[in-house]
Amino acid sequence: MDLLNALIAFLNYVFVPGVAYGSQLALGALGVTLVYGILRFSNFAHGDTMAMGAMSAVLLTWLFQSWGLSLGPLPTALLALPFAIGLTILLLLGTDRVVYRFYREKKAKPVILVIVSLGVTFIYNGITRFIIGADDQNFLDGERFIISAREFKAATGLDEGLSFKTTQGITIVTAIIVVALLFWFLNRTRAGKSMRAYSDNEDLALLSGINPERVVMITWMIVAGLATIAGVLYGLDKTFKPFTYFQLLLPIFASAIVGGLGNPLGAIAGGFVIAFSEVTITYAWKKILVYLMPESLEPSGLVQLLSTDYKFAVSFVILLIVLLFKPTGLFKGQSV
Amino acid sequence: MNATLKNTALFGIIALLILYVGFEQSWNSALLIIAMGLISSIMALGVNLQWGFAGLFNVGIMGFVALGGLAAVLVGMPPTEGAFAAGGFGVIGALVLGALTIFATILVMRRMAAGWRRSLVVIVILVAGFFLFRALLDPSVERIESINPAETGYLGGLGLPVLLAWPVGGLFAAGAAWIIGKTALGLRSDYLAIATLGIAEIIIAVLKNEDWLSRGVKNVIGVPRPVPYEIDLQNSPAFVERAAGFGFNAVEASTLWVKVLYIALFAIVLVVLMWMSQRALHSPWGRMLRAIRDNEVAAEAMGKDVTARHLQVFILGSAICGIAGAMMTTMDSQLTPGTYQPLRFTFLVWVMVIVGGSGNNFGAVLGGFLIWFLWVQVEPMGFWLMNLITSGMDLHSPLRAHLLESASHMRLLTMGLVLLLVLRFSPRGLIPEK
Repeated sequence: MDLLNALIAFLNYVFVPGVAYGSQLALGALGVTLVYGILRFSNFAHGDTMAMGAMSAVLLTWLFQSWGLSLGPLPTALLALPFAIGLTILLLLGTDRVVYRFYREKKAKPVILVIVSLGVTFIYNGITRFIIGADDQNFLDGERFIISAREFKAATGLDEGLSFKTTQGITIVTAIIVVALLFWFLNRTRAGKSMRAYSDNEDLALLSGINPERVVMITWMIVAGLATIAGVLYGLDKTFKPFTYFQLLLPIFASAIVGGLGNPLGAIAGGFVIAFSEVTITYAWKKILVYLMPESLEPSGLVQLLSTDYKFAVSFVILLIVLLFKPTGLFKGQSV
Repeated sequence: MNATLKNTALFGIIALLILYVGFEQSWNSALLIIAMGLISSIMALGVNLQWGFAGLFNVGIMGFVALGGLAAVLVGMPPTEGAFAAGGFGVIGALVLGALTIFATILVMRRMAAGWRRSLVVIVILVAGFFLFRALLDPSVERIESINPAETGYLGGLGLPVLLAWPVGGLFAAGAAWIIGKTALGLRSDYLAIATLGIAEIIIAVLKNEDWLSRGVKNVIGVPRPVPYEIDLQNSPAFVERAAGFGFNAVEASTLWVKVLYIALFAIVLVVLMWMSQRALHSPWGRMLRAIRDNEVAAEAMGKDVTARHLQVFILGSAICGIAGAMMTTMDSQLTPGTYQPLRFTFLVWVMVIVGGSGNNFGAVLGGFLIWFLWVQVEPMGFWLMNLITSGMDLHSPLRAHLLESASHMRLLTMGLVLLLVLRFSPRGLIPEK
């Protein structure tokens, strides 16, 4: 029995990665849920919007690095982030103007918009690959760790090390700031209130003189910000590869639906539910159990419920369960 | 110009395009385009059934196609010597146990009153079932995969004629569609899209990782063929003589003849499915589906069971995709799970249906041929275009190298553009629904 080491191992391999991944999913799911709430369709292009935003950040980071700019211990990508968000805002507003607005004015069925967004997905994907290629790109610099496993061991004298990567720290801090800002905006400002009104009841909002095009524009701008931040954080924490962002669609949608589509608070909760389920189910628990169990009972296998290749299956199964038992999600979302 | 004439002209243009490839490039590529065009048309027919007839949005075509491919392996390949004795019963037992667990859970959910007692029982059944399943499955899998891993290391198939795999592939896909449909139909339309997106990713993940089933990324090669092998034809004096009579050498004639045979087989399947789809379109059932598509509320008020009809048509359409998948794996005579990409198998079929004309079976077939032709020819065209754009640049400039290198990504862009343009300017497609 060695509770302390077990706790450290749990924090190191399950909790910290889970929180970081959950924050990334939550930011992604917030974008999906906002588009759903205001524009009323499931935006399949969101994953590739994240890829485009992250790509702009990667290219700007390289540019800044070549100029010799840096943030010291922090990654240069943070410096590039605001500019990348600007580029993504231009991209999304342009897409809305050229593509989505036509269908909005025609009051097309949501499913048509979903198909259109699938077309946009592949155009974005094509542009991303065209510009930066389909391979992994590394754009992380600065300090690697806030706490490294070796320092932690030396400082505490425990067998297990706890490492806390800079990217994980940045992810968590950024997510908290962004979410706080978003909720402040939605609840306290006039523009945010008009967005919520439009989402709740379109006709009533129009009657009270809210300009729908303005609401839509603000929504796209916020979504661009959220998507870029989520994409950059994911790229910093794991790796930037265009195709992974398409695959992130499933956990992101699962998060948004688990929380209740159209409900921002639900998107955050859903992100963490999905992230922790994924991490706990695909983690090999042997390491932790060894500390907790008497030697005679030590598990022989890895005690891994599912191999990591099936992490998408986890979000999918949770999605199915939610659809079966509570189609509106944990927090009451919209159901049209 | 009346509709029939226009449609004939459209199909005539496709024929001309293929003839052009035959004369300019090679007859082998032309025949390959026809064969893959037939398979694409069948997939498009399946999706048209779902989207055109019923308005269901399926983004998991790739998964159903891959299941068809799996059927070709499981039916056509010879069984691996000793694999079944080593772990076959364990694996099957585990799968049956897994199914029983889920069945028991459903039973408990139905029979017991809601409350913490039911939740507890359900959790106990699921957890116990999962661990028993793994306890039974893992050792069997290990034993199967240790049998000559370089060449087999999987259960193998049944060694039956591979043509049987085509209906079986349809059944596999129908099974998966049933599970998805049961959960996601009856909710709002986006949920079906997301659920199908998920199942497709998972089916591919299973094929990639369950080596005992499909050899995973080690690929299954040499799936038996329903048509003769080229080398046998070349060794047959009668064939060589006949080929010489037409002025072909034996090697070229054999490759062409094999493709012609495949095309004949595929064409039979397409004609049968086409006949069935046309009958369905003009039957009371087809009219009911379109009524549901156009106004769900009104149809429901008339006493039509919307969810049941949706489930029916979703299963049928997916089964057709499964059949096409089995046919494709049969022609490639290999299953390579790594090559299944959503772009190629889901998105492309969507472009075919939308461009061809959703709701019209002939449109789906036309779209299948046209888009497949573009898909094959866009890459050379992309290189040509890039060469043209970069021809004025310095030979060693990095921009030129980058542009030439990226030309292969043009496909994504082109297909996305084609879809958006057609949806915007001609949403009814080339051959609109009547």
